[in-house]
Amino acid sequence: MRWFKQTGWRHLYGVALLVVALFPIVFILSASLNPTGSVSDTNNLFSSFSLKNYRDLFTDPQNPFLDWFVNTQVLAVGTAVITVFLGAMAAFAFSRYRFRGRDSGLTGLLLVQMFPQLLAYIALFLLLSSIGEAFPVLGLGSRLGLMFVYLGGALGVNTWLLKGFFDTVPRDLDESATIDGASHAQVFFRIMLPLVTPILVVVGLLSYVSTMGELVLARILLGDDVTKQTMAVGLFGFISEQFSKNWGVFAAGAILGALPLVILFQFLQRYIVGGLLAGSVKG
Amino acid sequence: MKLGSGVLVRYVLLALANALGVYALMVLGDLGMWKGFAAVLAGTLAVDVVYATKRFIPMKYLLPGLVLLLVYQVYVVLYTGAVALTNSSEFNQGTEDRAVSVILAQNELRVPDSPQYRLTVLDKDGRLAFLVTDPDGDVFVGTSEQPLEETDDATLDDTGKAIGLEGYTTLPYAELVGPRSKEITSYRVPFSDDPTAGSLKTQDGSNAYVYKPAARYDAAAGTITRDGVTYTADDDTGYFVSPEGDRLTPGWKVNVGFDNFTRILTNKEIRGPFLAILVWTIVFAAVTVLGTFALGLLTAIVLNDPRMRFRRWYRSLLLMPYAIPAIISAGVFKGMLNTQFGFVNDVLLFGAHLDWLGDPWLAKVSLVLVNLWLGYPYMFLVSTGALQAIPSDVVEAATVDGASAWNVFRFIKLPFILVATAPLLIASYAFNFNNYTLVAALTNGGPPMTSADVSAGHTDILITFVYELAFGGEQAQYGFASAISILIFVFVGAISVLGFRQTRRFEEMS
Repeated sequence: MRWFKQTGWRHLYGVALLVVALFPIVFILSASLNPTGSVSDTNNLFSSFSLKNYRDLFTDPQNPFLDWFVNTQVLAVGTAVITVFLGAMAAFAFSRYRFRGRDSGLTGLLLVQMFPQLLAYIALFLLLSSIGEAFPVLGLGSRLGLMFVYLGGALGVNTWLLKGFFDTVPRDLDESATIDGASHAQVFFRIMLPLVTPILVVVGLLSYVSTMGELVLARILLGDDVTKQTMAVGLFGFISEQFSKNWGVFAAGAILGALPLVILFQFLQRYIVGGLLAGSVKG
Repeated sequence: MKLGSGVLVRYVLLALANALGVYALMVLGDLGMWKGFAAVLAGTLAVDVVYATKRFIPMKYLLPGLVLLLVYQVYVVLYTGAVALTNSSEFNQGTEDRAVSVILAQNELRVPDSPQYRLTVLDKDGRLAFLVTDPDGDVFVGTSEQPLEETDDATLDDTGKAIGLEGYTTLPYAELVGPRSKEITSYRVPFSDDPTAGSLKTQDGSNAYVYKPAARYDAAAGTITRDGVTYTADDDTGYFVSPEGDRLTPGWKVNVGFDNFTRILTNKEIRGPFLAILVWTIVFAAVTVLGTFALGLLTAIVLNDPRMRFRRWYRSLLLMPYAIPAIISAGVFKGMLNTQFGFVNDVLLFGAHLDWLGDPWLAKVSLVLVNLWLGYPYMFLVSTGALQAIPSDVVEAATVDGASAWNVFRFIKLPFILVATAPLLIASYAFNFNNYTLVAALTNGGPPMTSADVSAGHTDILITFVYELAFGGEQAQYGFASAISILIFVFVGAISVLGFRQTRRFEEMS
């Protein structure tokens, strides 16, 4: 009885919450293994076992899941790596140099954040449609074009966060390196970057996660060619049209789509939690 | 001076950047896109000034990100404002002149007994071109943008028909009748930049005929006459309009001042839904933040007891809903909330038929509950962090002084947590204010409201409403939708100002 009063009820609460948190995940796993593929038959959990939905997912040319998966990974990894690099460069400049326009630049970055790029999607659509007239590779329906749009948000979101961490690296380190004849590029690449690696990982991860789930810009800017779309757009297609017919393949796609992130969160939890506490919101 | 590899790399990159810049300038100049030309020119010069010299070291690190930021964030936000002051829509792009040429081109008829041009269809980088041989044996080449020009470089066959041109691929017969036949039969190569001069078109890919506009444009009067009806240019709406009020499409883009904004506020059919959506957006975001924070904090307090075992396990597993992209979770819940067969009605409620996603109130409840499921793990993490950061001596002192557990929480822990998490709560509010993904995937704004003038739903938030206006309906109303976007910017901006006040980041600037 004493055990219950001290920690037992806490476990009761925790287990109840776990059931609510994990049930939908178990449910969709069961649905993905149910060959009938309809909503009505999935309420008996794990009543059948078949990989039919997964097979369908990889063989339907109308819904090329493999293409979506590859597109999403290339976009998310590419965006994350370049975002980290651009953000780190800007943070280095703001942290280590005093130059004209520095303070207004920093204030400007804060102001820019007040106007989320996402909300300008009509203008982005019109802009990419004009760019596409001259350079189709950066226009509507181009994955590279979409990546450039994502990269436009790189500085606004991350520079302040990264600058804070660059500021914690003692100046003596790079000053003595400079006296020893190191160029500014050597200071940046050889001294600063290795010392702030943990926060670079965090920024990269959060960028990766938010690009993986981004729907509205990908939906507008990638166009109608299904082979160019991302997983979020493709899965949204399953959900928004004839959902009950697509239920089985959606379930399989949901499992495969969520898997990389769930694994990533389990292994890199410490980093991600640190980044969240530092002030980022997952998109 | 010794050339280090770094210097070499720098010059190679610089040369590449300049080559790209010059190429881009040539393309843009060719197309007459002068705004883009100016932007690329400025960008290329900036790259040269910053990277070719030893000065401007900070700028070397800022420029790439800055350029992307200026183009894809700052410019588009300003551009949204500019579009909001126009009638821009699917049919209202470009200038009046362009509208005239498109209308004339759309209304072309084949000239009876006109000469037959022998045709070879060419391809260059995926774009078509026509290579034609006129009855006199002269050879011309042209595209939809580049009017016909005489050429002497073509390869001729025995009959004197031009069959190939350097720099282009000749399309084989299989492609003419195959996948590209539709593109080819709708292709139009004008004789000159003057839209009244007519064009060449083909039905079969091997012969082209002369087409002339059936509509007549009178530049002085600003009218187009077609089938005996005269359409007059109307600079207020950006269309050619007949006396009966019929419009020719496309129209062109005109400035309408603040008409889009006044339309939101004065047109009853729009104002009603707009205000309803605005209120729901504010409520949805507020309830979400309060709900997720309350549940997250409660969970943090309950599970943050040092005597408890498996704490890390709980934390790891409770985090899982947060790891899954919202689009996926929303889909899973959409299935579980299905009226007839969904798990919630069928199993949890023993076969009830509650219309979770189709009833205006239940749909709102569903959205909030699903968002609670998605969002509380984040608040749980954040609150756990804040709880652990509370200095223990303060809590101990209060306890020694005889404060009850509730009072310790109410007057010491809660204020501390609120101060620590306020910026994150505000950021979360701004995020949910624009939570397009969840609403689009779970209810898509539905069920629909009954309004004559706009398509709006009971669970629409502002951003999904704007999406439908701009990309969902019959006619894409970019100008009107942008006006609403500007209103959202104002709201989100105001929220962010609150957030930045809280974080006091301005003071850390040193």
